[in-house]
Amino acid sequence: MKIKLTFWRVVFAVIMTLGIYSTIIRYFRGLGAVSNMSDQFPWGFWIGFDCLCGVMLAAGGFCIVGAVYLFNVESLHSVVRPAVLTAFLGYVLFIVGLLFDLGRPWFIWHQLIYMNPHSVMFEVGMCVMTYTTVLFFEFLPNVFERFNLNWPTKIIKKIYPVLIVLGILLSTLHQSSLGSLYLIMPSKLHPFWYSPALPFFFFGSAVAVGLAMTIFESTQSAKALGRQLELSVLVRLGGALLVALWVNALLRFEDFFHRGLLGQIIKPSYEAYFLWLELTLSFVIPITLLSFKKVRLSPSGLYLASVISLFGFITNRLNVALIGFETYVGHHYVPKWTEFSVTLMIVAMGFFLFGVAVKYLPIFPEEKPTERLLRQLKPEALVGTPVLTHAGD
Amino acid sequence: MSKALLYDATMCIGCKQCESACAEQNKLPYDDTVAAESEQSAHKFTVVKTMDGKFMRRLCMHCETPACASVCPVGALHKTKEGPVVYDVWKCIGCRYCMTACAFSQPKYEWNALNPRVRKCIMCPDRIAAGKQTACAEICPTGATKFGEREDLIKEAKQRFADNPTNYIPRIYGLTEVGGTSVLIISDENPEQYGYLSAAKVGDTPMPEYTGKVMERIPDFIPVWSLVLGGIYWISHRREEVAAAEAAEEKAKQGGE
Repeated sequence: MKIKLTFWRVVFAVIMTLGIYSTIIRYFRGLGAVSNMSDQFPWGFWIGFDCLCGVMLAAGGFCIVGAVYLFNVESLHSVVRPAVLTAFLGYVLFIVGLLFDLGRPWFIWHQLIYMNPHSVMFEVGMCVMTYTTVLFFEFLPNVFERFNLNWPTKIIKKIYPVLIVLGILLSTLHQSSLGSLYLIMPSKLHPFWYSPALPFFFFGSAVAVGLAMTIFESTQSAKALGRQLELSVLVRLGGALLVALWVNALLRFEDFFHRGLLGQIIKPSYEAYFLWLELTLSFVIPITLLSFKKVRLSPSGLYLASVISLFGFITNRLNVALIGFETYVGHHYVPKWTEFSVTLMIVAMGFFLFGVAVKYLPIFPEEKPTERLLRQLKPEALVGTPVLTHAGD
Repeated sequence: MSKALLYDATMCIGCKQCESACAEQNKLPYDDTVAAESEQSAHKFTVVKTMDGKFMRRLCMHCETPACASVCPVGALHKTKEGPVVYDVWKCIGCRYCMTACAFSQPKYEWNALNPRVRKCIMCPDRIAAGKQTACAEICPTGATKFGEREDLIKEAKQRFADNPTNYIPRIYGLTEVGGTSVLIISDENPEQYGYLSAAKVGDTPMPEYTGKVMERIPDFIPVWSLVLGGIYWISHRREEVAAAEAAEEKAKQGGE
């Protein structure tokens, strides 16, 4: 077998090589050698990105499952599987990330025996562990179907209501609790980001990100698999995203107003620049874009708005985890290249596993043979039509 | 009754004997290089800071309700009834939440170790159990660091303010800060100048209360939210069932005609 050299495969190989090098440094030279974390910055880029952003980006699973199974939004049925897959991979990779960040990862199981119920971290840990198990069961039918096994799927179907309710309950708890982690640091975290409402912000933005992420991944995989985009689905998600962004934006505004910070946030300062960047990317641009019907009905418009908002919320998490502490600490924290390299490796693994799963498992619904034939004969013919037929949805 | 330390900066002569006694007690290296280090670290639990010929000690404050103990997911840190906040290394998973949560940034980390530990002053619990003073208090030649019952030390501090009002800013740092600490600091300067967070900034609220407000709701939240979600599921699927049953009935009727 010959492996074709493509641009992305080369990139992947480079990322993996550097990542493995950094991994070796991490486990044989220690956290100090692999990262720029210090006693002043005990939580660095791995907590900010791998943990906070990782869990946030995996929120699509519970959002879509909730919409489809709790609220019967039938039209979203076709994205349940990719959303659950993304979530499952997201959580597994989050745990992989933790194994890098924890100082004594070999004792991670201590969580199960030395429990401290007062600790937010304990709650997050338990929720994430249980939820990953739930996601595993929600994902399993894909595998059974692939091998034409019906009876195990039937068993899982029986407990499906429990899985769904449990999944959403656990997600509500730990998505918000990731924000609660910072409630105990009122004197350290900059007031732009320290708010008693942090758990609400973290939960609210997770819902928005869940929707944006579903748009992103279905567009991306449609492109990769050379498939037709289900535009009616994207349009639905786009509408919901717009609402979610508005709710989040209003919550944030209300919080700034309530804490009398409106005057401060418009004054230029180091923190203000990062706040502006965050608010512009997560709210101003995507809300403006999505307010145009033309954008809401175009796949590329929806894709663009989603990706920009994703960058906005990633900026938010990094602001909370890193930028917000710099004034207290008194100096800047810039991650070492090996920290980025480990994160990149984990993200690349995510893309790779997603690609493999989509290729070998029935994640996306089968295309009707006639459709495929038509598209192959006249690719451009089909691209435009669904826009019009589903425009009214 | 719990034990505490009273540090009186006006009596300190900056001899750093507390530093070396602490190092010896905790089996840490101590030489001129370490003595010259002005910041605490995994190998320096306490430091005597110097500024314009005046001194200020820094060490773990041993809070009455410690943030570090409340945030530790595996309960590796806890406050003993004698006063010290101690660390069980064998439980620790290395999440470093204690370090970020501590308002005084006291826990330090062995960044270059392969099985790293959190390090901080643990207030010599073994010595206290044996009825002795902490190593730093025992060696202090001037009595600037004094060991005793917290209540007695507070009385003593107030007495010193009364006896020499011009010598002090009459405020005990640690009396009410973060709900009170077992290390009490008095001085003729503001401890803030030496890296202590201002009293206004740390506040008097015990740190665990900030998260407690949220955490205490969770036991109620879980059953309520499960019921709501389960209810929504039941209703939306009930509708489906009804629709399916009606459709089947309709079909049966049509088939019968």
